[in-house]
Amino acid sequence: MIPQSFEYFSPATISEAITLLHEHGDGAKILSGGQSLIPMMKIRLARPEFIIDINRLADLQYVKEEGGFLKIGGLTREADLEASNLIRSKYPIILDTAALIADPQVRNLATVGGNLAHGDPANDHPATMLALGAEIIATGRSGERTIPVSGFFLSVFTTALEHGEILTEIRIPIPPSGSGGAYFKLERKVGDFATVGVAAQVTLDGTGVCQRAGIGLTNVGATPIKATRAEAFLTGKTMDQQQINQAARLAAEEAQPSSDLRGPAEYKVSMVRELTKRALVRACERAVS
Amino acid sequence: MATKKHIRVKVNGRDREAEVEPRLLLVHFIREVLTLTGTHVGCDTTNCGACTVLLDGRPVKSCTVFAVQADGREIRTIEGVANNGKLHPLQEGFKEEHGLQCGFCTPGMIMSACALLEKNPHPSEQEIRWGISGNLCRCTGYQNIVKAVQYAANQMALSEK
Repeated sequence: MIPQSFEYFSPATISEAITLLHEHGDGAKILSGGQSLIPMMKIRLARPEFIIDINRLADLQYVKEEGGFLKIGGLTREADLEASNLIRSKYPIILDTAALIADPQVRNLATVGGNLAHGDPANDHPATMLALGAEIIATGRSGERTIPVSGFFLSVFTTALEHGEILTEIRIPIPPSGSGGAYFKLERKVGDFATVGVAAQVTLDGTGVCQRAGIGLTNVGATPIKATRAEAFLTGKTMDQQQINQAARLAAEEAQPSSDLRGPAEYKVSMVRELTKRALVRACERAVS
Repeated sequence: MATKKHIRVKVNGRDREAEVEPRLLLVHFIREVLTLTGTHVGCDTTNCGACTVLLDGRPVKSCTVFAVQADGREIRTIEGVANNGKLHPLQEGFKEEHGLQCGFCTPGMIMSACALLEKNPHPSEQEIRWGISGNLCRCTGYQNIVKAVQYAANQMALSEK
């Protein structure tokens, strides 16, 4: 399968990339890891006339804590997240997520920024970033703009990024002590998109009362879903199995899956309930460990 | 027709250059321009891993990378695995342990396993299975492929001593 012909640019700086986006208008597309875009171009679901390859922008690859945030450069590869000592030691929810994306070869190229900017509700990072209350940094001609991830996903393959903007960074407020999170993904086989995925992040006080809960759902709607009712329910509750079960029921009600080759909608709703329970239980375990 | 790009790559230690159309996939560059046909096109949809090559030492699916993206970088294919006609321990392992039936997935399997053993010379069975999880084999059930990788890991450990 051969993509439609296109002109190729490989800018050396972000500002050059942004200028190219403006010069070439709607026909231009950013190439990051390419692990979603290139397959879409091969089946000609995507037919960009101009490809702006940002893979040479090495300064967009980093994972660091700074100014109260965990900052992840937009071009950071999934494999780099998996290998990062900071992620492995302090952010197991992000490790859970990265390690379950596609397969090793894809993770060597696929980027965190691309996973979010693609706007595919089947991608895994969105749910985790919703649970963590992340912010997206979009860089355009007039500088940087911060977009809360809860307002980032507008519909299938559509995000709040405007034409001429590049997703350059993901910022996650460093969770206070007593926090923990986990991502659970049900997939038919390694490398598959999620049948259902659930990310949960909680902050508990010294007595086990939930100060904050974040819950994100993968592939059960036109966008990644923030289970706001389940989150609100848990806040102020002592985290025991009964409260977790009730939160899981609420999260399942917030899912809007369609029936497809991965299963009927009813089954997926049940799986949201079950995975929410498991993710919350593990998040609580990690919060106190 | 889009503007062609001049690329220089090092393939199996040898400098190569060519004018390529930007849409040319790396796997087609390897097979058709360089005539290195050991790298296979399997599914052509980023699933099967038959087209796996090492790009700067990391396994990637060459059906999902443009040749132009490899400009200035190093590529290793199955043809670059043997050393002066002597089989690589992985190639020996696939032969000794009957790690293939039809053999179509084998080049990709070996490239993934190659990167795995470079990073982790003594992998557990679970780590081997995880390391080749982006490579599909429709014949063997993976049992002997895992044994072949274990064989290679053992041989490589012995030759280090």
